Amino acid sequence: MDQTANQLQDQFQQRIDLEQKIEPRDWMPEKYRQTLIRQISQHAHSEIIGMLPEGNWITRAPSLKRKAILLAKVQDEAGHGLYLYSAAETLGISRDEMYEQLHSGKAKYSSIFNYPTLSWADMGAIGWLVDGAAILNQVPLCRTSFGPYARAMVRVCKEESFHQRQGFECLLQLSRGSEVQRQMCQDAINRWWWPSLMMFGPKDDESPNSKLSMQWKIKRFSNDELRQKFVDMIAEQIKLLNMVLPDPDLTWNEQTKHYDYGAINWEEFKQVIQGNGPCNKERLEARKKAWTNGDWVREAATVHAAKQAKRKSEAQTFSAKETQ
Amino acid sequence: MLQQSIKSYIQQDLQTQYLLHLADNALILSHRNSQWCGHGPILEQDIALTNIALDQLGQARNLYQYAALLITEKTGIATTEDQLAYLRDVGEFKNCLLAELPNGDWGQTVLRNFLMGSYQFFLYQELQQSAIGQLKAIAEKSIKEITYHVRWSADWVLRLGDGTAESKGRMVQALELLWAYTGEMLEPCDYELPFIATQSSFIKAAWEAKIASVFSEASLVHPTNEWMQSGGKKGIHTEHLGYLLAEMQFLQRAYPGLEW
Amino acid sequence: MRLYLQKNHYGDYGDGHAGGLEQDAHQDPQKQWPLWEVFMRSKQGLDHKHAGSLHAVDATMALENARDVYTRRKEGVSIWVVESKHIHASDPNAAAEFFEPANDKIYRHPSFYDLPDSLKHM
Repeated sequence: MDQTANQLQDQFQQRIDLEQKIEPRDWMPEKYRQTLIRQISQHAHSEIIGMLPEGNWITRAPSLKRKAILLAKVQDEAGHGLYLYSAAETLGISRDEMYEQLHSGKAKYSSIFNYPTLSWADMGAIGWLVDGAAILNQVPLCRTSFGPYARAMVRVCKEESFHQRQGFECLLQLSRGSEVQRQMCQDAINRWWWPSLMMFGPKDDESPNSKLSMQWKIKRFSNDELRQKFVDMIAEQIKLLNMVLPDPDLTWNEQTKHYDYGAINWEEFKQVIQGNGPCNKERLEARKKAWTNGDWVREAATVHAAKQAKRKSEAQTFSAKETQ
Repeated sequence: MLQQSIKSYIQQDLQTQYLLHLADNALILSHRNSQWCGHGPILEQDIALTNIALDQLGQARNLYQYAALLITEKTGIATTEDQLAYLRDVGEFKNCLLAELPNGDWGQTVLRNFLMGSYQFFLYQELQQSAIGQLKAIAEKSIKEITYHVRWSADWVLRLGDGTAESKGRMVQALELLWAYTGEMLEPCDYELPFIATQSSFIKAAWEAKIASVFSEASLVHPTNEWMQSGGKKGIHTEHLGYLLAEMQFLQRAYPGLEW
Repeated sequence: MRLYLQKNHYGDYGDGHAGGLEQDAHQDPQKQWPLWEVFMRSKQGLDHKHAGSLHAVDATMALENARDVYTRRKEGVSIWVVESKHIHASDPNAAAEFFEPANDKIYRHPSFYDLPDSLKHM
């Protein structure tokens, strides 16, 4: 038996190395399945929780155009959550089970969404920085080894491309506006910069799951690699906004051809993950409330569908009798 | 605030008032529906209702833009859709009261969409024959969206009316609350008459037939009260609209005259 | 160690199986809406292609949900939905006997035939 298990393991790794996609019915190590369920569901939860901080501003958007953009964007996040939950469902876990894990606090989601959205400029900063960071994480996931996850990510990335652009454009408008708008813009960048660096996860030497995920090609770049890429990208883009990043240590390093940046406050990261962020409780409560308030709706729809199906089959039986 | 000369122009021009009435209905209903985004009973339906809110917002924008164009032409003062949406106060909004009521639960929300969507459906069907080219074009575009809204909301009225005892009870309650606000939609006021005078009795009859057929399938009976609440079309609103506008217009009010 | 996955919610229903969700003892089947697969044909497309999955109580709702979830960017002009439990998939363990026999039938492909260049319209 052990020998078979080893053989299967080897064949599995071979397929991964040959860049063949693993599909739901294929043999896979239990740990691979568990890792994927954890990662995909976390990703899905992040999309759904991520609707809330931006959703705050749908009713306060300052123009009809911005309102439409924001509404469409937050709705896209619901779609992304749905695609990702579906991908996880192919691994044998139901969406309801994943919700239970989220609601009970067992499952995590991206800690960035536990920060508050305090001004309109936060809509721009989230689009530019948070979605910008997310995209760097997500683009390599389009080639991740598990087929349904890769397919979901292709769809997500296609839709996501307008999110970052609208965010930057929103900030650009503010940066060209009045003094108070420029302050709003800088203030939002100040508040979202460090949390968005934390989105890439712990430093490589403290990221316990990374090695196996790389071997299985679930992940293709390390946390620090992606973080560096992000810093290099944003440090250039911010020049167009005439704003500054809140990091006195940020400097171009001629030798490495990268930007050096200051120390991340990992204690804060840890605290937010453990539930002590400014909005952890509100976010989770809002999700639980939406779900519980929907109980009677989902149940009624199920019962109605069953009634309809019964009526239909009775009508068929009746007409069959008629024709006899 | 809107400039006084624009206000005065609106006060004496029935066509602008009518366009604003149509636009306000779409915007306020869209606003209410958009409050569900992120809080729906299941992801698929969260997305569905947001699609509806986006359609309604698009309709509102088309109508405001057209009204703004007319105002600009007539008064010579450059006017935008955002000024019309964000700088008018409660008394200047002309939407039906039904649109501004709070969402309540999912049942109340889908029922409101059904009652109002069905009305908009027959109204826009008539407006497709409008002599005003731009209004006709907006109606032609909107009717496809509204057809889907009616289909979607009628399906939900059926599911909840003919679902569980709880869902039925909630629908009965929602209907009791909303029914008194339906009459206002169907009784045209002065600025509506020039545009739908001959069709209004047909719209009313068609709406009543549609409601009756879905309610009978959903085994729902609407209240028989004759007394209907009204006033929204003339700017006499419920207390709810003030809060809605305070939230919606806050940035434009706090930082006047800026581009966002 | 668990070697084979027993339960997948799509493409994993052999003949004779009633389907996935109903068999899950740990959850109330009344509670969760069934899973559906969505296939869509784009405006220029020839066939319906798998777009993704969703939950719905019946076919009517599944079609509407598919419209709302998967056509927000004009992705399609025609939708098929099928409840996931009705999809039967080939067994990956039988991939060799299913698919490899086609590998050596190269004479089925037009490029197999070496014809003179002067031959036209073929």
